[in-house]
Amino acid sequence: MNHWPFILAAYGATLVGVGGLALASWREMRRAEAAADSLKRRP
Amino acid sequence: MIHALANPARFLKLARPLTPALFWAGVALALFGAWAGLTRTPPDYLQKESVRILYVHVPAAMLGMGGWAALAAASLGYLIWRHPLASIAARAIAPAGAVFAGLCLVTGSIWGRPTWGTWWEWDGRLTSMLLLFFVYIAYVALARADADRGGDGRVPALFGVAGTVLLPIIRYSVVWWNTLHQGQSIGLTGSSIDDSMLWPLFFTLPGLALIFAGVVLMRMRAMLAQQKVEARLKRMAAQ
Repeated sequence: MNHWPFILAAYGATLVGVGGLALASWREMRRAEAAADSLKRRP
Repeated sequence: MIHALANPARFLKLARPLTPALFWAGVALALFGAWAGLTRTPPDYLQKESVRILYVHVPAAMLGMGGWAALAAASLGYLIWRHPLASIAARAIAPAGAVFAGLCLVTGSIWGRPTWGTWWEWDGRLTSMLLLFFVYIAYVALARADADRGGDGRVPALFGVAGTVLLPIIRYSVVWWNTLHQGQSIGLTGSSIDDSMLWPLFFTLPGLALIFAGVVLMRMRAMLAQQKVEARLKRMAAQ
């Protein structure tokens, strides 16, 4: 049995999982901090 | 030290430069470890090439379990000192821990197919890890419901502490029950894996741990900013 498709699938799943988590967290942080900054600037 | 960092302003001053530093250092270490694991180690005499999956599977398992230990410690801190930053830390850890517990299950299942000849087996280690994944999901739902109802965070904190009961069950499942999953091959005092195959793990494990820490800081900063916005909107509505 060729093991490489399984190896690549495991590394691909890790990349997608960790990358997706990091991207979603970064976007949430940017959005929340931008909203807080824009409210701070309002008189 | 903990009480000094529990001040949100002081925490943010530290978290702003630490977030990208931890995250990008983690990315560099994890990528190097993955490259080394794919190209610079020999295949195992029994598992053959599929042994390379351990360089992502083992860190995912350790971070899935370590994440819950950190969540429980933060929850305990909140129950004792009632500091909101401890509650925020626990809620920020949960989604990251759930992703790593899920990755442990997915990569383990992918490894199981060529090695055991099956994607899944209801044995002690796999079932207890699946339970931890569900407990993470339950925590995320509970914390969200508690926040929506204006709760004080005590119920999710108690759940976080109670969930630690799963950690020794996962850890000792391969000792207590006769399972398909192999016994402990990496411990605090040593490893049964040969050094020529083990070393990339010393890059992927700290690399993914640093990414985990960076993600937790991002989520904590997001929650603190959301709280600021809500407080400011309440003040504006009251004027």
